[in-house]
Amino acid sequence: SREGGYGLGREALPEEIAAWDIDVRPDGQGLPPGSGDVMTGEALFVERCATCHGDFGEGAGRWPQLAGGFGTLDSEDPVKTVGSFWPYLSTAIDYIHRAMPFGDAQSLTADETYAITAYILYLNDLVDEDFALSPETFASVRMPNAEGFFDDDRDVTELALFSGEPCMEACKDSVEITMRATVLDVTPDDGLAPAE
Amino acid sequence: MSDRDPPFRPDRRRLLTGAAAAGGALIGARMAMAQTAAGTPDPAIVNLPPWTRYLGDGVDARPYGMPSQYEAHVVRRHVPWLTADPISSVNFTPLHELDGIITPNGLCFERHHGGIAEIDPAQHRLMINGLVHRPLVFTMQDILRFPRENRIYFLECAANTGMEWAGAQLNGCQYTHGMIHNVMYTGVPLRLLLEEAGLKGSATWILAEGADAAAMTRSIPIEKAMDDCLVAFRMNGEALRPEQGYPLRLVVPGWEGNMWIKWLRRIEVGDQPWGQREETSKYTDTLADGRSRRHTWVMDAKSVITNPSPQAPIRTGPGPVVLTGVAWSGRGTIPRVDVTLDGGINWHRARISGPSLDKSMHRFYFEFDWDGRPLLLQSRAHDSTGYVQPTKEALRAIRGENSIYHNNGIQTWAVNEAGEAENVEIS
Repeated sequence: SREGGYGLGREALPEEIAAWDIDVRPDGQGLPPGSGDVMTGEALFVERCATCHGDFGEGAGRWPQLAGGFGTLDSEDPVKTVGSFWPYLSTAIDYIHRAMPFGDAQSLTADETYAITAYILYLNDLVDEDFALSPETFASVRMPNAEGFFDDDRDVTELALFSGEPCMEACKDSVEITMRATVLDVTPDDGLAPAE
Repeated sequence: MSDRDPPFRPDRRRLLTGAAAAGGALIGARMAMAQTAAGTPDPAIVNLPPWTRYLGDGVDARPYGMPSQYEAHVVRRHVPWLTADPISSVNFTPLHELDGIITPNGLCFERHHGGIAEIDPAQHRLMINGLVHRPLVFTMQDILRFPRENRIYFLECAANTGMEWAGAQLNGCQYTHGMIHNVMYTGVPLRLLLEEAGLKGSATWILAEGADAAAMTRSIPIEKAMDDCLVAFRMNGEALRPEQGYPLRLVVPGWEGNMWIKWLRRIEVGDQPWGQREETSKYTDTLADGRSRRHTWVMDAKSVITNPSPQAPIRTGPGPVVLTGVAWSGRGTIPRVDVTLDGGINWHRARISGPSLDKSMHRFYFEFDWDGRPLLLQSRAHDSTGYVQPTKEALRAIRGENSIYHNNGIQTWAVNEAGEAENVEIS
């Protein structure tokens, strides 16, 4: 760095910042003005989203499931949806507005984004069918897994355990193979070594 | 008949080069051709090959050179069943075909969430806004006028080896460990750009955002942003490849690849993290009790033997074998790698060759004489903090099998009497 900087770049205009700065924080900072209700959201969802995500957010084919999965996070196969897993409502609004529909990003208005998000909340039994999502009602929605996250604790839980001089000689009596990738046989054929 | 008569008739020559052009499938056969019966002259020596007799291409034929046609099998590969579509998906670096520590640009694995953005650099802008004294817009020309740094770092996807949490699944280090590359970046320290805008006292986080169809975003603490992050425009000396973020990407040394925002268009400065999709729904690590770690940024020490491996069996029979692999740590350098041939009963110190750089790949070798009996190969990296790469069992004991990301467990290859290697787990 140098004193006074390099004098490079120019000041960003308010219109430019508004065009690009569309992010929404968990505390609601960045929420665009607007509103959308569940019923409006259902129609939009069927038109813009259901091909991939299913009429009820159940997910078509391999596309992501958006609703359900409650009580599965500690199971063998967690089903992570907006309802069962996402900690913040802001994330759904932000992401739908920013990146959905897949292949036609940033084509939804703020009202449409609120409506579709309201419908996804309804599919997850988190709001009633007469609910309208807006900056005013944003804080009234409780996300079930809001307390399900904690900051990286590897420094405390793992680093000491995984440090120190390891065994180098006669470390165990015997070794058995317990699992083989070739039993599953899911590796693409062309990835293997050239035939002899 | 003169000594200089062509050894092959033209049709014979065409047949040979045509067959060889089939590439990888014939490597074994070509190697076998070198084995000649005792006392029989080797045709590769006594016959005059076409490349020795006839002229090759001139300097005007290959303005941007490509690898030999005989290396056509050295490519990125993808696994169709891993993702719903190939747009928001990943492919894999062919680690088993590479050596040294630098990944060639064309082989660096790709991970996109909205496909490859093809950006005209004249139309690209970088904005800095939020808690700054002066929100700024930079053109690429502006960026190129700041002081630069050159640094070699690994970029590892947080999901590298993620398919292996529940057990041995994919058969090849390209698939199990190939969501990684290691290149030299040329770029501007992010700190200089933030200082140009002037941070306000309350600035504690940044949000980096891409210009692609996913408008990828991640929150990064300001300490990291002001420490060693780069805004890079070159990799291995040339402009970034489009699939690696051309014309501008964020470099976040030692931290999970998702944070290395490609097609970087905006840095927002704030006073708390943004809880974006890629740090809540994704890139959080769910433990067995259903709770999830978040902000698991750093990539821990890890290694893998690249040869021998399932895609690179021992073809030469008993005798000298060059065992080699790569090791890296997001916490520093790799002063030591141990390898075992017997599944961890006895370990040996491998030899590290090449530069040992902070948060970069390291190349290790262990030469041994193979007696032709089955082997259980593993490598174990030590990093400069004293951390020792754990077994998969040790990780699963703490995290369970559903954390998806950050699998740095020790990899085992079982080599049979024929020299073929397989991805296995062992007791």
